[in-house]
Amino acid sequence: MNAHRHSSDTVVEVEHLVTHYGERKILDGINLRIRQGEIMAIMGGSGAGKSTLLRHILGLSPPTRGAIRLLGREMTGLRSKELYAIRRKIGVAFQGGALLTSMTVGENVALPLREHTRLDRSTIRIMTRLKLEMVNLSRAENLMPAQLSGGMLKRAALARAIIMDPAVLFFDEPSSGLDPISAVELDEMILRLKQAMNMTIVVVTHELQSVLTIADRITILGGGRIIMTGTVDEVRNSRDEYIRLLLDRKPRTDTESGESYLRRLTDGP
Amino acid sequence: MSGGLEKTGHHYFSLIEAVGRMGLFLLQCLFRAATPPVKLYPVVQQIHFIGARSSWVVVTAGLFTGMVVALQFYDTLVRFGSVDLLGSAVALSLIRELGPVITALMVTGRAGSAICAEIGIMRISEQIDALECMGIDPYRFFLTPKLLAGLVAVPVLTILFDLAGLVGGWFVGVVLFGVGEGTYVQGLRGGIEWNDVAMGLVKSIVFGGLIVWFCAAKGYFLHYERAGAFGPEGVSRVTTNAVVLSSVSVLFADYLIGSLML
Ligand SMILES: Nc1ncnc2c1ncn2[C@@H]1O[C@H](COP(=O)(O)OP(=O)(O)O)[C@@H](O)[C@H]1O
Ligand SMILES: [Mg+2]
Repeated sequence: MNAHRHSSDTVVEVEHLVTHYGERKILDGINLRIRQGEIMAIMGGSGAGKSTLLRHILGLSPPTRGAIRLLGREMTGLRSKELYAIRRKIGVAFQGGALLTSMTVGENVALPLREHTRLDRSTIRIMTRLKLEMVNLSRAENLMPAQLSGGMLKRAALARAIIMDPAVLFFDEPSSGLDPISAVELDEMILRLKQAMNMTIVVVTHELQSVLTIADRITILGGGRIIMTGTVDEVRNSRDEYIRLLLDRKPRTDTESGESYLRRLTDGP
Repeated sequence: MSGGLEKTGHHYFSLIEAVGRMGLFLLQCLFRAATPPVKLYPVVQQIHFIGARSSWVVVTAGLFTGMVVALQFYDTLVRFGSVDLLGSAVALSLIRELGPVITALMVTGRAGSAICAEIGIMRISEQIDALECMGIDPYRFFLTPKLLAGLVAVPVLTILFDLAGLVGGWFVGVVLFGVGEGTYVQGLRGGIEWNDVAMGLVKSIVFGGLIVWFCAAKGYFLHYERAGAFGPEGVSRVTTNAVVLSSVSVLFADYLIGSLML
C-alpha cells in the first residue's frame, strides 16, 4: 500500500515540515524520524513549537508544506475514517490532561475501550482499574477531573492514553509543573511502559533532568528548526551554543547595543 | 485607504469562510444522524440537559405571556362585544406565534449559551483534540446528539409553554374578568385548526435546530475566531455572539415560515 521507501522500523517520519499560525511561521523545514521502540525526547524552550510539531504529527492541524507519515501512512489528505483508524493505534497525553470534564476519571480512562471494543462492562472496569493502578490513581476512579491536582491530571491522562495498549505513545510535557517526586515517578512509569510493552514513546518536554534519564535520543528545536537530533551522549557532548545554554541552564547572553534595545521597546511589532 | 479596502476584503473573505464552516458543520451532523451507529442514550441525556435548564423558565414565561395576551384581547374584544372569541384568540396567538418564538428565545438564553460555552471550553482545553486522538469522532460522539436533542426538546418545551399560556389566559379571562368557563374552552376548541398546530410544530422544530446548530458550531470553531480570542475571553465572547446569532435567526425564520405557511 505504501511503497514509499518506508522502512518498517520507522514509526514517525516528518519531512520538510513548514507550518504557520496565521501569517506567523512557527516551524520551518523540520525533518524527523522516530524509530520503533525508542524513547524520543523533543526538547526546546517554551514557545519553540514543540506542541505544534506534535499536533502536526497527530494530524490535528494541516501543515503548510511537507510530509508526515505515522505508522507508515501519509497523514495529509487522509479521509477522516482512515485517520481515526490510525489514531486508535496511538495514545496521546496532552499538556493539560484534556480529560472530558463531564465524566469521572474512571469513565475517561474507559472511554476508548467503550467506544472501540465490544468488551463487557466488568472487563472494561477491570482493565480501567489496572491502568489507574499503574499510575497510582486507583483511589481517584470516581472523582471528577475538576477535583484532581495538576499532577494527578497528567497521570490520569497517561492512563487513558495507554488503555488501548498503543503502539506509539505521545506525551506532551509529562513532568512540567510537577513536584520533583511526582516527576521522577512519572519518568519511571514511562521507562516501565517502554520495557514492559515495547512501546515507542515520544516525549515533549523542556525538563532537562527528565530527558537525560529516560530518552534514547533527543531532538532539539529552536527558532522553528531542528538544531540537533542525536543520542543523549551526542547531545551532551555537543558544542552548539544554544544546546550548551539549554544543558547548562544559563540565561541567554545576547549582546545587544543599547540603541537597538531602545528601538525594540519603542517600535511596534 | 488601500489598507482599509484590503481589510474589508479580508473581512468578507473570512465571513464567507465562516459561513462555509457553519454549513459544513450542519451537513456533518445531519450525515451522522442519517448513518449508523446512532446511539439513543446520549440524545436522551442531552434532551434532559436542555429540558432541565429551560423547563421552569419556559413554564413561567408561558404563564405570564398567556395572561398578558388574554388581558390585551379581552380589552379589545369587549369593545366589539365578542368576548366569546377570547379562547381562540389566545390559543391561536400562542400556538402559532408566541409559543415557538418565546420558547426558542428562552432556550437560547438558558441552554444555548450553556452549550456554546461548554463546547468552547472543550475546545480550548484540548478535550476535542483528545477525542480526535482517541479515534473518536466528535460529531458522532457529542455534536449530533445535541442537535437531535434540540429538535426534540424545543417542540416539547413549546407545548409546555402553550399549555402554561392557556392556563394563564384562562386565569385572566375566566377568573379575573368573569368570561364563562364554557365560552373560553369552546372558543379554544373551535378556533384551532390542524394547520395552526402544524405551523407551531414546524416552527419549534426549526428553531430547535437553529439554536443548537449556531450555539454548538460557534463553540466548536472557537479556534478559528480572530487571533487573541483563545482562552476564557474567547469563550465568553463567542457565547455572546452565539446567543445573538441564534436569537436573530429564530426571529428571521419565524417570519419566513409564517409567510410560507399562512
Ligand atoms: N492556536 C494558536 N494560535 C496562534 N499562535 C499559536 C497557537 N498555538 C501556539 N501558538 C504560537 O506558536 C508558538 C509555538 O507554540 P507551542 O508549539 O505551543 O510551543 P511549545 O509547546 O514549544 O511551548 C508560540 O509562539 C505560540 O505563541
Ligand atoms: Mg507546549
